[in-house]
Amino acid sequence: MLRTFFHVLLLAVLAVGTARAELDPGVGPAVDPAVVEALGSSDFSTRVAAIEALATGGEAAREVVAAIEGGRFGTLDGRAVIVRDGAVLAVGSGEVLAAGPGEVSILRLNNRLRRAVATARAGILLEAGEDAERLAAARTLVNNASEALLPLFERVIEDEPVDAIRELVLQAAARVYLASDDPARRVLAVSMLGASADPAVITLLRPFVSRADDGSWIEADLAVRDAAADSIRQIERRVALADTVGMVFSGLSLGSILLLAALGLAITFGVMGVINMAHGELLMVGAYATFVVQGLFRTHFPEFFDWYVVAAIPVAFLVAAIVGVIMERSVLRYLYGRPLESLLATWGISLILIQAARVSFGPQNLELTNPSWMSGSVEVMAGLSLPWNRIIILGFSVFVLVLIWLMMQRTRLGMFVRAVTQNRPMAGCVGVPTARVDTLAFAIGAGVAGLGGLALSQIANVGPAMGQGYIVDSFMVVVLGGVGQLAGAVWAAFGLGIFSKLLEGWSGAVIAKILVLVFIIMFIQKRPQGIFALKGRAVD
Amino acid sequence: MRTPFTIRFLRSMPRAGWMALTLFALFAWVWVPVAHLALPSDHALYLSSYWITLLGKILCFMVVAVAMDLIWGYTGILSLGHGLFFALGGYAFGMYLMRQIGRDGNYGAEIPDFMVFLGWTELPWYWFGSSSFIWAVFLAMALPGAVAFVFGWFAFRSRIKGVYFSIITQALTFAAMLLFFRNETGFGGNDGFTDFRRILGYAITAPETRVVLFALSAGLLMLCLVLGRYLVTSRFGRVLAAIRDAESRVMFIGYNPLHYKLFIWTMSAMLCGLAGALYVPQVGIINPSEMSPANSIEIAVWVAVGGRGTLIGAVIGAGAVNLAKTWFTVALPDYWPFVLGFLFIAVTLFMPNGIVGVVRSIAIRLRRGNRDGRTMEDGRDGVGAGAPQAPVGQAAGIPAGGTGDATTVASSAASVSGGDEVSGAVGVHDTATVPRGPGRSNEADDPERNEATIVRAFADKATKGAGA
Repeated sequence: MLRTFFHVLLLAVLAVGTARAELDPGVGPAVDPAVVEALGSSDFSTRVAAIEALATGGEAAREVVAAIEGGRFGTLDGRAVIVRDGAVLAVGSGEVLAAGPGEVSILRLNNRLRRAVATARAGILLEAGEDAERLAAARTLVNNASEALLPLFERVIEDEPVDAIRELVLQAAARVYLASDDPARRVLAVSMLGASADPAVITLLRPFVSRADDGSWIEADLAVRDAAADSIRQIERRVALADTVGMVFSGLSLGSILLLAALGLAITFGVMGVINMAHGELLMVGAYATFVVQGLFRTHFPEFFDWYVVAAIPVAFLVAAIVGVIMERSVLRYLYGRPLESLLATWGISLILIQAARVSFGPQNLELTNPSWMSGSVEVMAGLSLPWNRIIILGFSVFVLVLIWLMMQRTRLGMFVRAVTQNRPMAGCVGVPTARVDTLAFAIGAGVAGLGGLALSQIANVGPAMGQGYIVDSFMVVVLGGVGQLAGAVWAAFGLGIFSKLLEGWSGAVIAKILVLVFIIMFIQKRPQGIFALKGRAVD
Repeated sequence: MRTPFTIRFLRSMPRAGWMALTLFALFAWVWVPVAHLALPSDHALYLSSYWITLLGKILCFMVVAVAMDLIWGYTGILSLGHGLFFALGGYAFGMYLMRQIGRDGNYGAEIPDFMVFLGWTELPWYWFGSSSFIWAVFLAMALPGAVAFVFGWFAFRSRIKGVYFSIITQALTFAAMLLFFRNETGFGGNDGFTDFRRILGYAITAPETRVVLFALSAGLLMLCLVLGRYLVTSRFGRVLAAIRDAESRVMFIGYNPLHYKLFIWTMSAMLCGLAGALYVPQVGIINPSEMSPANSIEIAVWVAVGGRGTLIGAVIGAGAVNLAKTWFTVALPDYWPFVLGFLFIAVTLFMPNGIVGVVRSIAIRLRRGNRDGRTMEDGRDGVGAGAPQAPVGQAAGIPAGGTGDATTVASSAASVSGGDEVSGAVGVHDTATVPRGPGRSNEADDPERNEATIVRAFADKATKGAGA
């Protein structure tokens, strides 16, 4: 109601003002007159083509496109017009027509028109926007290319400074050429497309090497067929390479998570012979600590928000280590050498920790934001971009591994830990304070789990039960890698990671999990000594 | 001379045990039907269908606990996969129940609703025979049995023991749960089977059906107890206990633990499957969350709470924990995980022999007067009968009845074959009539008991050898 009133008011004001604004350069005399005429045509297809052609119109066509999108574009007596502020302007000349907006038959958008408008908008942006906008525009154009856009493509290919955009526009142009009547042009396009690494291009090229239902080639020209077959082979090779590299990477990424989850477990199991079923919950504690640090940064130091993850590293480690020490001092101390009992008791601890998290933070998943330097991805090769957060976590796990290794090999505590792992009574006899070593080793193991939780918080859901999903897998790593051996844990973690991703690609996630389990059982059949043999001569 | 089977069988349980069983049978087969069907619903002794279902459910859990006790308490193998066998039995029988819905489903189709929903037009091949009751019952036993057999064969053959075995069974359960969560697996995915209508043509919610299912569960439990009791008091049971206490030594004297472990493992799984098959019609639903690792560990806690290595302990534990759970999840739902968690810790730290152990130690304290000074000759006779004489007295450093570091004890026990610290063992005079000693941890933490079982196994082997 108010809006109508406002419009009427505007109309009155403009009616006075328009007398002076006979010619409006904004509506663009620069737009090609043929296009302007086609825009006013009564034939739908002609109009669609004309709208697409607006893409080449540059800045001048911008308002027309905006008008079409805004439902302010229409025809009046066979002329394309737009309605602006209640006045009717002819497209092309920009002259103000002496007609009310009500007389204009507005163009209603349907899907086909929307596509055409998107193309036009992208075309305009391609020449005028920011680099990022232009890249996005080029992506749109690749899928919506049409003959009408060729002039624009030529201009861009001629003097585009950004390679990525030029590349995309070339692709777009090639697609237009594919539909061309001239076999030479088609050969050109087909060969050009061979440089792509996009599997979608294969679908595009497939008709050029297939036969129709009646047995004749869809593509009549032999040269085009050969070029297409060649291009398809090239793309397939590239796609396969990208897939393999991507798969290995996701395997490594999974392996790095498994490693962070299993490192602490390998230490505690190796040193103390206790099974810590609450290890997954120590991951959860680390993730929740990260969440709390994030909250503190958000409220207190928003300007350093990007670095909350770094600040959370010591916090996650310490909080998880403290929880670990409490567990060790209050329960596990009494269960050394009784793995099955420790399994049950620590499961009880894990129930308590989960429920404590649920009661204090709520049962829902927590919201954690990646800092800006961890979001986004990097394109390492054509058709393969790797997310930054996974790359950083891979590096982080290697960093933690090195730290642990140095701790174990170069410090006095590490030597004690190794001694107790190998022979507890003898270590005690020569004066190693075994009880204190136990506590410290457990604290470190728990702290590493906390770091694992921090890493997980950046790539996976954080919730009270998040640890449950990892406990089985990390035990598999420890079992496969051998007890108390860091090197074994590393091999097993990355091996299992890559192996399960390989299987996943082939059979789906669930079947892959089952197959991995079967594989582990089989592996144990073959190498029981290497993995399960207890150290020394004590057998039972 | 061999004792006749009937005598052996009757002697496997003390008279009080048979009496208790008879009382229980009267309760389950006479009183419960009368209280539910014959008494008016406002009568003070009337048993509502809620209680029948609840008790029936707990009876099924008790069967699972007994099965778990056979494999854990007696053989020392902690399985974290019994939830899987239970659920497999439930699913096998659930298939039959789904077929019994017939055309009464929401879509009125011949196949179960969830298949219609998936766009399937016919039953997958593994639903073959699912319309037959006999086949369903067979499958409820055979399927968990087969899974257990294959898995156990591989696991035991490569001598996977202790926590490794536990963890691998847990992984197995976990993988199976993921598998059953998938819709394409053909078992209803997330929702599983539910909305059952009838069983053998009778309405599943009818009071009579409930009573019959309850009576069957009670029957299965009694069968389990009698069978379990017979097994654990037989020579077979003694080998199992010896495997638990010192597997290497059992092998050294010529037994192959594989067969024993595999048999009891498979049997335990089959009992679980049957319990699952009875559980599903009573609670009216089976879904993959039954296979979650947490459920399997909870089964272990029932047994630990009641007392490992005693069948009655398993029954008591399953009953106590589940009644507590029922009460808590209604009254204080937020606190049940805390209670359960503390229960896990408290039982392992303070009550290694569970409720039964506590009761026993009180009873022993009360009777201490009469027992002082009595020694056990049985064990040493056993050594004399067949086994090479061991350097006696080396085990004297181990305190009798001590609960020290288990592996230390086990390894020192391994270095001494036989020993004379058998005196003072509780109730090992005559395994045929007297209850076995208090259930101990599978880690052989009790030298006296340890020696007694070994010695027995020695003697058995010797007689067997002499007979052949």
